[in-house]
Amino acid sequence: MTSADMGKAKSGSLYAPRKAIYPKEVEGEFRRIKWGLLAFTLSVYYLLPFVRWDRGPGAPSQAVLVDFPHRRFYFFFIEIWPQEVYYLTGLLILAALVLFLMNALAGRVWCGYLCPQTVWTDLYLAAERWIEGDARERARKDAGPRSAKIWREKIAKHSLWLLIAWWTGGAWVLYFADAPTLVYALATFQPGISEAYIWIGILTFTTYMLAGHMREQVCLYMCPWPRIQAALTDEYALNVTYRYDRGEPRMSLKQASALRLAGAPAGDCVDCGQCVAVCPTGVDIRKGASFGCVQCGLCIDACDAVMGKIGRSARLIAYDTQMNCDRRRKGEAPVYKPLRARTIIYAALILAIGALMTAKLATREDAALSVLHDRNPLAVTLKDGSIRNAYTIRFANMSAEPRRFLLETSGVEDAEVEIVGVEPDIEGRMIVGVGADQTRETRVLVTWRGARRAKGQTPILFTSKELESDASVTMRDVFVTP
Amino acid sequence: MSTRQAHSDAARIDPHSKTRTTGHEWDGIEELDTPLPRWWVITFYATILWSIGYFLAYPALPTLSGGTQGLIGWHSRASVARDMEQLNEIRGPVLERLANAPLEEIEARPQLLSAVRALGAAAFANNCAGCHGAGAQGAKGYPNLNDDDWLWGGKLADIRRTIEHGVRWDADKETRSETMPAFGRDGMLDAKQISIVADQVRAMAKLPGGKATPQGAKLFDDNCSVCHGVDGKGNHDMGAPNLTDALWLFGSDKETIASRIANGGGGVMPAWKDRLDEPTIKALTIYVHTLGGGE
Repeated sequence: MTSADMGKAKSGSLYAPRKAIYPKEVEGEFRRIKWGLLAFTLSVYYLLPFVRWDRGPGAPSQAVLVDFPHRRFYFFFIEIWPQEVYYLTGLLILAALVLFLMNALAGRVWCGYLCPQTVWTDLYLAAERWIEGDARERARKDAGPRSAKIWREKIAKHSLWLLIAWWTGGAWVLYFADAPTLVYALATFQPGISEAYIWIGILTFTTYMLAGHMREQVCLYMCPWPRIQAALTDEYALNVTYRYDRGEPRMSLKQASALRLAGAPAGDCVDCGQCVAVCPTGVDIRKGASFGCVQCGLCIDACDAVMGKIGRSARLIAYDTQMNCDRRRKGEAPVYKPLRARTIIYAALILAIGALMTAKLATREDAALSVLHDRNPLAVTLKDGSIRNAYTIRFANMSAEPRRFLLETSGVEDAEVEIVGVEPDIEGRMIVGVGADQTRETRVLVTWRGARRAKGQTPILFTSKELESDASVTMRDVFVTP
Repeated sequence: MSTRQAHSDAARIDPHSKTRTTGHEWDGIEELDTPLPRWWVITFYATILWSIGYFLAYPALPTLSGGTQGLIGWHSRASVARDMEQLNEIRGPVLERLANAPLEEIEARPQLLSAVRALGAAAFANNCAGCHGAGAQGAKGYPNLNDDDWLWGGKLADIRRTIEHGVRWDADKETRSETMPAFGRDGMLDAKQISIVADQVRAMAKLPGGKATPQGAKLFDDNCSVCHGVDGKGNHDMGAPNLTDALWLFGSDKETIASRIANGGGGVMPAWKDRLDEPTIKALTIYVHTLGGGE
């Protein structure tokens, strides 16, 4: 669809009414790939919350769980604390780069195969076909008078759509609470889970609206990706392309065979319109690259079927480039260059960030320490003239066992360290016990008798040593002398 | 004044859009009479109906002595009360444990200690920060609660008593009432004697320029040692400051010390017993004790 098409509207009105699109069913290689990916992605989405992962007693046993009340994110063997949210940033950067790489290799292939909008729209179209019949039938029913049978079908279709939408919203909330418990609570109308109902409601509504009623309009009007991808693609990226060098001039089958018998060239395209009939966004791919094209390849399947029937070779429409069409027409060999500067840079960045995250994850400390200097007052003078600074120190024990941490300081000689609420042991050591998977905030007082000699700030190091393993974390701060 | 032009007052059909005009014309540009979409108009009327309902249901019109109350009896105070109730419900278990635990034990229980410190910090900010400062760092005449110098004692029980009954707070019978006499103003010492005592005190505190004399020692013994002790180390029971340490509530220069001797008196702290509830006073006691000065 070109912008001229989209602007075509009743003169005088600012808005073009939506043209109903009835995509026709199609079979073929790309359709099979799409079914496979649809089954895979939806099963992951619907079933993942039910996968269990044993983390020992007291910890949730759900493989993937966003635990907002306790501020934890669980992903199989990984447990993310709020201060480690950079993993999420890394993941988002990776996702963006993978999208860029996919785009540099094969255009908007994400849109056609993996985008949730495409996947659910496909599912909704399948439901629609199952109840109301294929494209031609649906168009006829919508144009004709409403009979009782048509009303029954419409009600059945919308009910099935709503059911899918509801199940979609239902699966969403399962990522935020223990799935079996929540399913039971939802099924038995337990009180106190109003957030779950609200979120199911929101997701049901958006799924039903976007996949059922808005479909290609989401891709054409709402989604920014077609605009962005135009800036990310280049002449070597594969796109669903009508090979006009082979297809043009269009003519009837009879004309074409007559011409070929006479030894004259003839186009392969018989203008059957099947590529347009099956397109979920109503694009005519023969008009050239279009921002409406989501690269799903269904027109390739449709065209291949026709080419097979008329005994011409397949892939009149194929993943190819405009540039290659031009080159072939000029008698030059087509060029395929998956290895280009941009794809290599994207791949390298993906590898680098992936490696960085893996390394960070592998060497992840399961204990953390944070030190906050009292700001008001910065320093306190005591009776004997010595200076004391106070710090808020938080010990984090990110393991499944309760552990004990020994607090030590260095940098300020002869500093006396005291932790409010913690008695030193016989050797005078400060040991703080922290429960499994918990943090403990302590108030630490550091008194320095010789502080008068050092005006201003003196660096001080706080070290927390895990007693059993001797693993330690050190944080730097300052001792302030007035 | 009208910007309309007389000749174009009549509505007509615009030839380009085939739409009626309103007849308004400015510099040759006419206004089309485009009706609003129906849903828009319905929404508009619905908001008017809604506002009438809202107007009746909630307090809306101010009157000379108050205002209309609204039909559903909603009141902002009632919703605050409900919020407070919910808050107390959440805090309930902690407050109960706090009420039952002796002061000395609370500090040894990490979870209770952190809850009490949070509660105490909030109560401190609301009630105490005005004089003692946001971080309890004090100011001239207002004690720093972070240090280890205590006029009336820094044990849990001492701190609690000070909070409950205040200092020199006449409305409370159990308040701490001892006051430094005004030796100069009341004619017990003359200016020269005050100067000598001030020098003596500064010598006892080992402040530079301090000067101990036999006369000073005698004057101190006769007038000051009753409260401040023979060695000048002060007395918690009387709120008499230690005069030999490094901390001076009002300042350590000779002029200030002389003025304190001459005019006497001391700071005042309100009694909080009737204004704060038991758990809050307990939390404040612990909070102040854990600031670092607690004995």
